[in-house]
Amino acid sequence: MASETADALRPKRPPPWNDPQVRGIAYQVLFVGAVVALGAFLVHNTLQNLQRQNIASGFGFLHREAAFGIGESLIDYSPADTYFRAFLVGLTNTLYVAAIGIVLATILGTVIGLARLSSNWLVSKLAQVYVETFRNIPLALQLFFWWGLLRGSAPAPRQAWQPLPDVFVSNRGIVFPVPLHDPAHPWMFLALAIGVVATWVLWQWARRRQAHTGRQFPTGWAGLGLIVGLPLLAFLGFGAPLRMDVPALKGFNFIGGTALSPEFGALLIGLVIYTASFIAEIVRAGILAVSWGQSEAAMALGLTSGQRMRLVVLPQALRVIIPPMTSQYLGLTKNSSLAVLIGFPDLVSVANTTMNQTGQAIEGIAMIMGVYLAISLTISLFMNLYNRSVALVER
Amino acid sequence: MRTLALALALGFGATAAAQAGPTLDKVKQAGNVVCGVQTGVPGFGQPDSQGKYSGFNVDICRAISAALFGDPEKVKYVPLTAQQRFTALQSGEVDLLSNNTTWTLQRDTELGFDFAPVVFYDGQGFMVAKKLNVKSAKELNGATICVQPGTTTELNLADYFRSNKMEYKPVVIEKVDEVIAAFFSGRCDSFTTDSSALAAQRTGRASNPDDYVILPERISKEPLAPVVRHGDNQWRDIVTWVIYAVMDAEEKGIAQKNLDDMTKNDDPNIKRLLGVTPGMGKALGGLDEKWAYNAIKAVGNYGEIFDKHLGLGSPLKLERGYNNLWTKGGLIYAPPIR
Repeated sequence: MASETADALRPKRPPPWNDPQVRGIAYQVLFVGAVVALGAFLVHNTLQNLQRQNIASGFGFLHREAAFGIGESLIDYSPADTYFRAFLVGLTNTLYVAAIGIVLATILGTVIGLARLSSNWLVSKLAQVYVETFRNIPLALQLFFWWGLLRGSAPAPRQAWQPLPDVFVSNRGIVFPVPLHDPAHPWMFLALAIGVVATWVLWQWARRRQAHTGRQFPTGWAGLGLIVGLPLLAFLGFGAPLRMDVPALKGFNFIGGTALSPEFGALLIGLVIYTASFIAEIVRAGILAVSWGQSEAAMALGLTSGQRMRLVVLPQALRVIIPPMTSQYLGLTKNSSLAVLIGFPDLVSVANTTMNQTGQAIEGIAMIMGVYLAISLTISLFMNLYNRSVALVER
Repeated sequence: MRTLALALALGFGATAAAQAGPTLDKVKQAGNVVCGVQTGVPGFGQPDSQGKYSGFNVDICRAISAALFGDPEKVKYVPLTAQQRFTALQSGEVDLLSNNTTWTLQRDTELGFDFAPVVFYDGQGFMVAKKLNVKSAKELNGATICVQPGTTTELNLADYFRSNKMEYKPVVIEKVDEVIAAFFSGRCDSFTTDSSALAAQRTGRASNPDDYVILPERISKEPLAPVVRHGDNQWRDIVTWVIYAVMDAEEKGIAQKNLDDMTKNDDPNIKRLLGVTPGMGKALGGLDEKWAYNAIKAVGNYGEIFDKHLGLGSPLKLERGYNNLWTKGGLIYAPPIR
């Protein structure tokens, strides 16, 4: 009986064409279908057009010999390698400049952002001038400026400056000595990794102990000792092998050591200074978003100004800072493609050359887009994970 | 950007089968020839302070315009970098390239192009600062070398150093102005490109041309020719025969000055060329019978174009060399116009 009443009370399902649920699904199917159809049309049409114009297509070219040189490479490369290898060289160069750029821009941007909040009039005005100057000038112009400065003001290799022993500055870049490969190095890296992990464990332990007992532990000093001391021990354990690859002028240029080219320098400086001006504003906004009452409460508890910043203000500010910061990191990575203008062989530069030598522009563009999409999604993923860890835990 | 444009053009563009002469129809309808030129190589093609293009390659475009419309000014110039040029032609943004493009097998086939006759026989060379005291390209081991990306030059450079077991560091910059500025500022030990263009840049851009020398080696063959899209034979015929017409004019002694006298000449070959005896224009897809007359009137014969922009009448003062008529020991040879 009871169930009959319930059935009678339950509203009757409308016919499918009036059912919002069915209609919703139908619209989605239609929309996805339309997108897929458009995509299929584009692919088909493109292939037909390519065939009609006798333009080669497909990714077979990746296995052919590239036959062009690349000025800077983190991995071994010669013109006898394949286009795929050349592409990898460009990719590593892009990741390299983006990774260093993100770290440096974050540091510089935070410093400038804090400086803008300084109570010192001169410091805050200087920071303001910095921000307004660099974020309002197009990045491409800034790159040309830095590049011109680096290659124009430095002397030729044969008259190179020598600011430090065995360090040479010329319009070929900065050349400095690097340690020659040695069996001690892998062990030193291992020791460094152990030091970092041990410091993290120590930090967790110290935090828990402080929460329970209130006693503090000098984590900073202990961590420094672990991170620096362990590799140093390994170094000494191997008898302190200190053979350096020292650069020397031979013929046209310096042989040996490691060089940072003016192109790399200009790109890095340009990206860092430009992005830092945005990051500074984000940091400032984040800190201002934490209400003054929080600081007052911290002061009332007797926290020092450093503790106030570290324990009260920054954790709350980070919640505001991180999402726009992610955009800046993505922007910096994508802006690194302006390297083309000043001749740094990044992904786009190498892909452009490849496209031109093979004529396979569509494949090249597709690869560039795929790679930037992958890099951007990876950065977003990590930033979102970090964001989740600092976000308010809602109960 | 241009590569994206190409992708869009290929994606959305009509798939209609190639017609007899779509380019000629398009050019006639638009009333001008869209000509892809260099962004700036003195003597070959560069804009003046008013933005008006002139140079050896530009006169090829003007000759084609004159042959089609009776007016050499019906040309729209699109400056293209080495990296932009091919996609601009593939996507139909320009009707032809007249910008020192080297004729190679891959460009002819895989890129979907056809080449008009070679208008300039060149070879790749190296320019260095005189104070480096380098006498031969073989001494360039370890040098930093400025080069434009996407060129045959870039590939020849790698080949040359590989085959001579030498090392080099390329600095590749797309814009010719920037790569030249980098070289003259001392960023590179050497700049490499076609030797004629080296001479042009040395004369046109160096603050003191005598501070730079062009090394004697020619490491490649660089036959430079205008380029059209593959498959439109009518348009290719027109470009081809306008070029042959100005070459033929030099061989027959027809110049801008004596052009009108030459129309009264009795030589049947000259009569056919200048349209006194009709038939050639019709054969080329219904051009005005005075197509060659108009072209020569606008720009002169091949020798006149060469002298004016590259040869003794110009700041570059290049020798004719291979670019002399076959009758004078060069390679310039036009098939019969009949």
